[in-house]
Amino acid sequence: MNTAMSGTKFGKSQKRVEDARLVRGKGRYVDDMILPGQAYAAFVRSPYAHARIVNIDASAANDMPGVIRIVSGQDLLDAQYPPLPNIWMLHSRDGSEIKAGIRNALATDAARYAGEPVALVVAESREQARDAAEAIAVDYDELPVVADPTRALADGAPQLHPGIANNRAFDWEIGDEAATDKAFANATHRVSITLYNNRLVPNAIEPRAINVQWEGVEERMTIYITHQNPIGMRMLFSAVFGLAAEHKLRVVAPDVGGGFGSKAPAYQEEMAVAFAAKLIDRPVKWTADRSESFLTDAHGRDHLTYAELAMDGEGRFLGLKVHTLANLGGYISFSGALIPTYMYATMLCGQYAIPAAYCRVEGVYTNTCPVDAYRGAGRPEAAYVIERIVNVAAAKLGVDQAEIRRRNFIRSFPHQTPLVYEYDSGSYEACLDAALSLADYSNYAERKAGSEAKGLIRGVGISAYVEACGIGPSALLAKLGGGGNMWESAEVRVHPVGTIEVLTGAHSHGQGHQTTFAQVVADRFGVPMENISVIQGDTDRIQAGTGTYGSRASVGMSAVLNSCDKIIAKGKLISAYLLEVDAETVEFDDGVFSSKATNRTVAFGEMAFAAHAAAAFPTSEIEPGLVATSFFDPPNFTYPAGVYVCEVEIDPQTGVVRVDSFCAADDFGVIANPMIVEGQVHGGITQGIGQALWEQAVYDPDTAQLVTASYMDYGMPRADGIPDFKLTFCETPSPSNPLGMKGCGEAGAIGSPPAVINAVCNALGIDHVDMPATPEKIWRLCQLREAS
Amino acid sequence: MAIIAMTVNDKPVEIDVADRTLLIHVLRDHLRLTGAHVGCDTSQCGACTVHLDGRAVKSCSILAAQANGAKIVTVEGLAQGETLHPMQAAFHEEHGLQCGFCTPGMIMTAIDIVNRHGRPDEATVRAELEGNLCRCTGYHNIVKAVIAGAAKMEAAQ
Ligand code: FES
Ligand code: FES
Repeated sequence: MNTAMSGTKFGKSQKRVEDARLVRGKGRYVDDMILPGQAYAAFVRSPYAHARIVNIDASAANDMPGVIRIVSGQDLLDAQYPPLPNIWMLHSRDGSEIKAGIRNALATDAARYAGEPVALVVAESREQARDAAEAIAVDYDELPVVADPTRALADGAPQLHPGIANNRAFDWEIGDEAATDKAFANATHRVSITLYNNRLVPNAIEPRAINVQWEGVEERMTIYITHQNPIGMRMLFSAVFGLAAEHKLRVVAPDVGGGFGSKAPAYQEEMAVAFAAKLIDRPVKWTADRSESFLTDAHGRDHLTYAELAMDGEGRFLGLKVHTLANLGGYISFSGALIPTYMYATMLCGQYAIPAAYCRVEGVYTNTCPVDAYRGAGRPEAAYVIERIVNVAAAKLGVDQAEIRRRNFIRSFPHQTPLVYEYDSGSYEACLDAALSLADYSNYAERKAGSEAKGLIRGVGISAYVEACGIGPSALLAKLGGGGNMWESAEVRVHPVGTIEVLTGAHSHGQGHQTTFAQVVADRFGVPMENISVIQGDTDRIQAGTGTYGSRASVGMSAVLNSCDKIIAKGKLISAYLLEVDAETVEFDDGVFSSKATNRTVAFGEMAFAAHAAAAFPTSEIEPGLVATSFFDPPNFTYPAGVYVCEVEIDPQTGVVRVDSFCAADDFGVIANPMIVEGQVHGGITQGIGQALWEQAVYDPDTAQLVTASYMDYGMPRADGIPDFKLTFCETPSPSNPLGMKGCGEAGAIGSPPAVINAVCNALGIDHVDMPATPEKIWRLCQLREAS
Repeated sequence: MAIIAMTVNDKPVEIDVADRTLLIHVLRDHLRLTGAHVGCDTSQCGACTVHLDGRAVKSCSILAAQANGAKIVTVEGLAQGETLHPMQAAFHEEHGLQCGFCTPGMIMTAIDIVNRHGRPDEATVRAELEGNLCRCTGYHNIVKAVIAGAAKMEAAQ
């Protein structure tokens, strides 16, 4: 595939088109909308993490001012409203199917996590709905709780779902266990680590919101929802929930205020609100408040892992063995089963040529919020395991962190790993060199001495991540248990006056698609950016697509490119008539059609007008009009990779870890817009630093109550805790799409947690400390260090 | 219910609101100025920041009644027609936003920082942004935008 985009827009730091409205406060987010006849929803939520619902008494609430309707789980059952789907059909090691507990839009028999919605009130105003929700008396029969997956698996633990023994949803494996055991038997060195990948709350600053309008007469439904995949949602709302026929169901995701994966699943609340809107035949809006977001936005991570690495005498890796308990929460969320399996275990070999690997994952139900995709979705967990154990190995062998990586890097591509994936391309050593030079690694000792002189402890940490982006092809995903459908579509419409609409099924929630997609088109056609609008997020305009998650923009942009090329091909035919030459002789470059056979040329705009005027060519041979649609199904994933170097300074008096410098060398293949890519890396690294140092969703072990349920208790990264970043790019084009792109959205969040924790361990001379490395934890370690 | 009178973005307004109504809801729901956003219920995120009598305030933590007689400026009131406020321009030029949800609050806080500190250095900007959360940008470019915006604001005077 060619990767040539030679114009002046693509690959350059074009300023963003979308900013014009966003900096003026003219963004349009779901909660900004008030529909005629607007009603508002509020939820009654279980205060208990595990309780049987005995009775719901809404009599007091029914008579309260403004109350329109109260909906309970029983109403859903009566209407045969289906439960939420689990879209990933895994099989356990014994061949049995995944055991999915039933999750209704409102809890019916029992609530299985604190905050699970139990009933819904619709009222004339937001305040009235909330007041009435508080007046609903629910009689609960408290049940014993379990928040910890190890305890949940034990015999005698509280059981969450009828018929699912030991709360085990699946016991899955990948890789060759026998070959891996053999590698371990032949090894000179073995190291092991037990680590916990802390549970995180995604915390998009815009809370989840939905506004649903039902037009009974026409049986049409319009759903405004803050979501990463509006077209996928339409299919779900229609095919699974039967809310309206798909062609009468319009899903609109206008501006979306961040997602990071948390706005990709289907949620109980949105399904319940859509049900209620149809029931009362009025527009119903629900916007989560932050407390609801903490309790119910699908959480991320939460893996407990034991890993072992086998090496020969020179520290070359021979085998990797991993066992992970994945806490799924009270139910399997939408793609909650996929994250700790195919998105995680397949990436465990990292950047290293490890001949044998095996991983077993047990998915476990607990009385906690369901877990789903969060920035990186499985890949950060994998990178954390391999990048931590590699440092443990380096310490055991007395080899430098950089050196042990260099010794084990994959050096030729494509590379078939023992865990399904075939890496497409990369230059791992070049990234390492670039990162070390950016970080001035060779002069580290001086800086360390400088810190010591100030009574501070300095550490340096390296991590080398690789991930899988661009998710596809459809057939591969289907084989792994998913529903397929991993292509992206794009329609390019050229108007008679030469302006262009690009309709994409991808959907930005901050990534700047309106700019980057326009860059592709502007360059391919040689037209100004101002002539192009990128349309997304409205199923009445875009009929097919799969949304944005897992850095899929490369897939969407490839579809755009292919559509452009169809337009150009047709443009050549039309231009041939205008130039009165053979079509084969027509070339197109920088907005101009030309032929060596004549010295006349046709500008892109002229051709566009001619295409619509349809007078210059026989319409029996060429269809009038200028619209092209493409569906791009990638032949493989793309595999972005990078090396991060982090230096921390620890104050032993307070235990505070300060990130002093953070350098990143990433290989994202061809980059559409460096400014935008850098911005995403900054954000990702920050989320990763947050995970490493401050963030954790903590559940009380006895009550399974979320004790970090607000910004006052949950350690969000703030401006004053984050350093300046130094970035550089190593560009190895991906062969998996015509643009050579790989994807950059998750990278920072994948590579940074191990870099930070490696630095902390390096500083303190310890094998491991679990995230988050809070001051309290680090202070204790400093005390121990002093004592020894 | 109480009638409150304010000047919002230089326009006098008078509205009848319930006693418990917060300023943010008056701005968003009654006046349809949806630039200021609600990102939390704990006065922590700063997405709702507006100027009240020249000072940045979190409009989710102020009763509408408390704003009686006040002069309010929201993000919608910053640009002069087609011309962006220097701070808005700086956020655009420095790529200080991604999803844009925190942005109106960030810009209102940024202007307040500059009003109080003139040309703040990086450490000051980082410390002063403590009450505004952004999940997208890692703050890196926001900090740059505030510093650049300060220079632009000075030049514009
Ligand atoms: S909404 Fe006002 S501070 Fe968060
Ligand atoms: S730009 Fe998305 S929260 Fe700041």
